[in-house]
Amino acid sequence: MPPELADSHVSPAARAAHLWGRLHGFGPVVGLLLLCLVGTLLNPDFATLDNTLNVLQRTAFIGIIAVGMCFVIISGGIDLSVGSMAALIAGCVIMVMNKAGAGMGAGPTVVALGMLVALLLGAVFGLIHGLLITKGRIEPFIVTLGTLGIFRAYLTYFADGGALTLDNALADLYSPVYYGSLLGVPFPVWMLVAVAIAGGFILNRTAYGRYVQAIGSNEQVARYAAVDVDRVKILTYMLLGLCVGIATLLYVPRLGSASPTTGLLWELEAIASVIVGGTALRGGAGSVAGTVVGAILLSVISNILNLTSIISVYLNAAVQGFVIIIVAFLQRGRR
Amino acid sequence: MSLTVAFQKLSKNFGPVRVLHEVSFELAPGRVTGLLGENGAGKSTLMKILAGYETATEGGFAIDGQPLRFTSSREAEHAGVVLIHQEFNLAEDLTVAQNIFLGHERRRGWLLDDDNMNAAAREVLQQVGLTLSPTTRVRQLIVAEKQLVEIAKALSRKARLLVMDEPTATLTPTETERLFALIAQLKAQGVSIIYISHKLDEVERITDEVVVMRDGRFITRAPTASLNRHQMANLMVGRELSDLYPPKTPTPPPAAAALLQVRDFSVPGWAREVSFEVRAGEILGFAGLVGAGRTELFEGLLGLRPASGGAVTLVGRALHLRNPRDAADEGITYLSEDRKGKGLHVNFGLRQNLTLMNLAQYARPVLSPAREHAALVQAVEDFGIRTGDLQQKASALSGGNQQKLALAKVLQPQPRVVVLDEPTRGVDVGAKRDIYFLIQRLAQAGQAVIVISSELVELIGLCHRVAVMRAGRLTATLQDDMLTEEALIAHATGTR
Repeated sequence: MPPELADSHVSPAARAAHLWGRLHGFGPVVGLLLLCLVGTLLNPDFATLDNTLNVLQRTAFIGIIAVGMCFVIISGGIDLSVGSMAALIAGCVIMVMNKAGAGMGAGPTVVALGMLVALLLGAVFGLIHGLLITKGRIEPFIVTLGTLGIFRAYLTYFADGGALTLDNALADLYSPVYYGSLLGVPFPVWMLVAVAIAGGFILNRTAYGRYVQAIGSNEQVARYAAVDVDRVKILTYMLLGLCVGIATLLYVPRLGSASPTTGLLWELEAIASVIVGGTALRGGAGSVAGTVVGAILLSVISNILNLTSIISVYLNAAVQGFVIIIVAFLQRGRR
Repeated sequence: MSLTVAFQKLSKNFGPVRVLHEVSFELAPGRVTGLLGENGAGKSTLMKILAGYETATEGGFAIDGQPLRFTSSREAEHAGVVLIHQEFNLAEDLTVAQNIFLGHERRRGWLLDDDNMNAAAREVLQQVGLTLSPTTRVRQLIVAEKQLVEIAKALSRKARLLVMDEPTATLTPTETERLFALIAQLKAQGVSIIYISHKLDEVERITDEVVVMRDGRFITRAPTASLNRHQMANLMVGRELSDLYPPKTPTPPPAAAALLQVRDFSVPGWAREVSFEVRAGEILGFAGLVGAGRTELFEGLLGLRPASGGAVTLVGRALHLRNPRDAADEGITYLSEDRKGKGLHVNFGLRQNLTLMNLAQYARPVLSPAREHAALVQAVEDFGIRTGDLQQKASALSGGNQQKLALAKVLQPQPRVVVLDEPTRGVDVGAKRDIYFLIQRLAQAGQAVIVISSELVELIGLCHRVAVMRAGRLTATLQDDMLTEEALIAHATGTR
């Protein structure tokens, strides 16, 4: 009985609503384009290739973490600890590399070992979060609020209140990972692109990605529909941990040190990127592409403030805050 | 003090869709009026307009001859019109008294006057026959008590017209009786009542008049005594209802091997040492009062609740199901009674809902939207899901069609045993019939079907055998030829 109704029934109004809905999805992109237009008008240096790559390179850390955060938020969770986690991983990577470097001399193996440690620690921290949240049945907000303090405190302890610094020889060897480039594009930007593409693919084209959305949309329904909710949730936190690991292994060669201020407030920037990118904080649906655009948008703001003198750079966080609230206002009531 | 309500050419559009077409009729004061219609007939929308939750697009209504237009439920309450929703509007963490006076708190100066409110709440609670303390938190009440609190709340607001939407859907027979007594008492006090229900036996029993709506239009108004249930159903559907139930297939011989066998299975707090078996091609019913532990028994079997002891075997092989995934892999799936909370992702598309249980089949390892779409087209055809647009969200479907989608979903993994919990709850007569025939087809195809239902007639019309549970125990299993409402009630209430 139904098929004959199929297409004839879509009224112009419904089609307009549909179109509006689609346009809505492009909100972050439109915002970014407007911002770029403003930037170009204010300072001719803004639209140069150099500056663009510079902005993207600075976006890489937050952008990569935000892709992982996007999964966690879509599944209905949150992770407040990523900044501290990045700091602790950075510290551990430096300690392991210094120790290994002292033992077997500075070589590419040591760098590879350091990178492996970063990934491994990220995954392990994510696993711990996931287990506490699912098997331990503690709210993700509470678990990660706890580890937020724990991770940073351990780094401060290991660094004895100061900074952990990578040995010079190792730092020189490692630095191309951040400063190097391929086809004129810095490695971190390549990495961001790779992580974003992989993330978008996993979210939209695999069963796991569908499960993440199903759990965030309604966990009970997902459970009753034979979705292994605990496993999927644990995996989202591990995925995020892995993203933090990737971001950190790119970060360490940048300064070659880790201190108690490393990664400070990264969690808020990552969460803000996800939200600005159009993902609802209550979960259920969201977009990896939007998240990356959100991350770029936020760093373009600070870039414009740096390049122009209309607004003080001290107000950077304030401008970002206004943008977040405006975006949330424009997206309100969209279900 | 009774109200006379007259609807005058009332129309309502949702976007481009007109859901009410110039509805005009009058309600006599001080009577109980049954409002009948299939899902999507426009009953709820009309009542929401009357109670101030929605506004009419054109036309309107008059109360006691005075044309009115409410823009909020508060205004409607002020005029004496109160709607009691299917899903309650109670704040679970507040006390009974706090709920009753929510938004109308009594104050002494700037402070709340709790003593006064508690005393007043106790009074209205007494009126509805509830003896609990007004300082009890609503969370601690059972469903029937919450319902009575809703009514008490309406009374405290001096309701003169009470609209009840499916009030007995979650009540036990005893609680239903109490509600009916209360309705009679309210009527005697001059309160007009509009009673929306799919249960025609109840409508026949307690209403003075019925109003029938169909496809957003007023169809007829008649004294209840002038119609029998069959005529009511025909008026709702707008055509002659041929037999509601499909002819039963022959019962599989008792000697046939059991497909699923459960021995001494317990779910702590809910079910104790329950044993039953179901054979291929058999429809096994589960009857019992609300709270008898039927839903919980099967949630325990599926690993959704902690269970203890007992043995579960499928075709002679022992099973250990830790979660619904294990169960689905073994070929057992479960349709929850709670469609919105546990059955469907109402914010998801139809396709994403349909394939969720066996998504692995559509991912090798990359999901194929085209194959999912093909499965949806097939399901829409097989299950008679009425939808204009295959891209829309599940929330856009009517209740009956959502239920068909939920059924299609649990049948996607092609289970050998399927457990359907209240498969026709809140579904109109037409969709009910479709679902009955579907269940029949499943059994014919050799699947074992377990139907949990609070509608005895449905179990009698559909099942080969019915197991009855009372207070967590399986008290009887009745064969086809012994199925009567009296026998089922007797076993369910323990009066035999």
